[in-house]
Amino acid sequence: MAILITKESKIIIQGFTGKIGTFHAEEMMEYGTNVVGGVTPGKGGQKHLERPVFNTVREAVEETGADASILFVPPAFAADSAMEAADAGIKTLVAITDGIPAHDMIRVKRYLKRYEPEDRMTMVGPNCAGVISPGKCMLGIMPGHIYKEGNVGVIGRSGTLGYEAAQQMKDLGIGISTSVGIGGDPINGSAFKDHLAKFEKDDETKVILMIGEIGGPQEAEAAEYAKANVSKPVVAYIAGLTAPKGKRMGHAGAIVSAGGESAAEKVEILKAAGITIAKNPSVIGETIASVIKSING
Amino acid sequence: MNIHEYQAKEILSKFNVPIPKGLVADSPEAAKSNAKELGGNLWVVKAQIHSGARGKAGGIIVCKNEDDVSDATNKLLGKTLVTHQTGPEGKTVHKVYIEEGTDIKKEFYLGLVFDRSSESIMVIASSEGGMSIEEIAQEKPESIVKTKVEAAVGLQAFQAREIAFGLGLDGKAVGRCAQAILGTYEAFCSSESTMAEINPLVLTGDDKILALDCKMTIDDNALFRKSNLLELKDETQEDPKETYAAEQGLNYIPLDGDIGNIINGAGLAMASMDMIQLAGGQPANFLDVGGGATPEKFVKAFKLISGDSNVKVILINIFAGINRCDWVAQGIVDALAQINIEQPLVIRLAGTNVDEGIKILKDSKIEYIEASTLEDAANKAVKAQKDLESK
Repeated sequence: MAILITKESKIIIQGFTGKIGTFHAEEMMEYGTNVVGGVTPGKGGQKHLERPVFNTVREAVEETGADASILFVPPAFAADSAMEAADAGIKTLVAITDGIPAHDMIRVKRYLKRYEPEDRMTMVGPNCAGVISPGKCMLGIMPGHIYKEGNVGVIGRSGTLGYEAAQQMKDLGIGISTSVGIGGDPINGSAFKDHLAKFEKDDETKVILMIGEIGGPQEAEAAEYAKANVSKPVVAYIAGLTAPKGKRMGHAGAIVSAGGESAAEKVEILKAAGITIAKNPSVIGETIASVIKSING
Repeated sequence: MNIHEYQAKEILSKFNVPIPKGLVADSPEAAKSNAKELGGNLWVVKAQIHSGARGKAGGIIVCKNEDDVSDATNKLLGKTLVTHQTGPEGKTVHKVYIEEGTDIKKEFYLGLVFDRSSESIMVIASSEGGMSIEEIAQEKPESIVKTKVEAAVGLQAFQAREIAFGLGLDGKAVGRCAQAILGTYEAFCSSESTMAEINPLVLTGDDKILALDCKMTIDDNALFRKSNLLELKDETQEDPKETYAAEQGLNYIPLDGDIGNIINGAGLAMASMDMIQLAGGQPANFLDVGGGATPEKFVKAFKLISGDSNVKVILINIFAGINRCDWVAQGIVDALAQINIEQPLVIRLAGTNVDEGIKILKDSKIEYIEASTLEDAANKAVKAQKDLESK
């Protein structure tokens, strides 16, 4: 089944006609993603990449039946576009945009709570590589060919480190059900634990991999959630063992500012919750392979 | 972006948060005339650096006459202060703030932060002002009062009052404190800060509330729409290499080790640094060249890293996605044609078109050590560094 997006997902692109939107729309279409149109305010009625362009997300949803969207809108307008998607009935939104102001993200998170949990849009990102259900649908900017179809659910903050893990798994013949990039911002649309819950319910997913990093409480919250609610084996790697306290390591959210936020502390918390730790980034694939071997007995 | 105390106080006072009278100075003469203008018989000369805990580092001097103000300023200007927040290199004082003395009856802590757990703005206060919030949390956790701001309506007056009562205030001081908290919240939102700390917030002898110090961090991502705040930036307080890197569109943090890194992506950069340490070495920096690893970016990155005298070996680790390895490899080759690198170079490429990329590197004249995996790259970089050491 995969989570968030499947072969049947109907995708629109917000910021469709821009340079970046166009480039990645083509990549996604080439992968086989069902792109049904896009939104660029003021360009409604035009055609772009042989798909219709709409002025608003609402029109796009009404005309095409779109249920998922990907956002390539500049930071100044990204929060507005995310709320527009939620209001139009989009179920899964991937926000690629890097640099959305933190105060805007607080407003977006509050806005999403207007909707009942069952109607609420799942926002992935911002500042992420997106979501891919290999062989079915790619809603992101990743190189699709490094992801093999299979049974490991992946949740990670970082783009290229996620690619590294996907490549290691592919080299060992291990495939992925869905890979979700939740992004490197301090406040993001969805957290590790939101996707742990989805993977737990997904029949196709047998093992879950979390790729975390320094900063913030989300890995610890995921550990607590997994201990109580996840029956499937979980493997984790945490980047940033050598990161100094108080320094922002590239990602806006990758900064150790409170207790429990360093890589070493997170590793201990995850271990205590029964999660298998990949000791270093070079053995993520091997660690998953050994977990798969142990469940297959 | 961090700003100075005097700048943060200026923002606070626009939102009716009471602050002591004060004036900024960059010379002993100006400081003396400031003291005269402020009047009274007690002044505090405060070093303006981007750090808290300045008192312990000798950056705050109480003066009883105008000549002392001049002497204190003379002593502080140009001095490098080292606090637990500045790192061992410290920060240099270029300005001082001359403030009227305050009759302090009681000190409190007030902080506004983004709480990443509840994804809301949190107001944190304590009756134990003067100490850092980490110390308070450790030693007097029972003194901390917190309230979460509902984003749809903002901080409410009753919440501010609850905090004021929670700090043990009574009488007229309650309303005054609540007003200061609400004003600080408005200042925090208006300046799009990610952190604001008033430590201490004080109750004076005549039951007034004053913000005696203030630290604020403004969201870099919001500066595009806060052009009036951009002028508050003080580059003398930043690491010049970090400033240079930021101007070049590179994400760079200098560290203590001797293996320089050029990586694409923050997560992969952290992971590579971790691998270096596990292999027995120490990373000299964090450097994320970003997605579009163009030849220009590599030239800039090479300049930055190879110019660092601590760097003995350079490790390049690129996982190419949409930007293919052949393109990245050509970027490295082109960059090395423009800049001469003394240090041994370890290169690991992975991802899209990796074979074509490696072929370009091999066919070029550049001297490098080829690595296949993350682990291999870290091991070879550490080995190259050890080989140099044993020479």
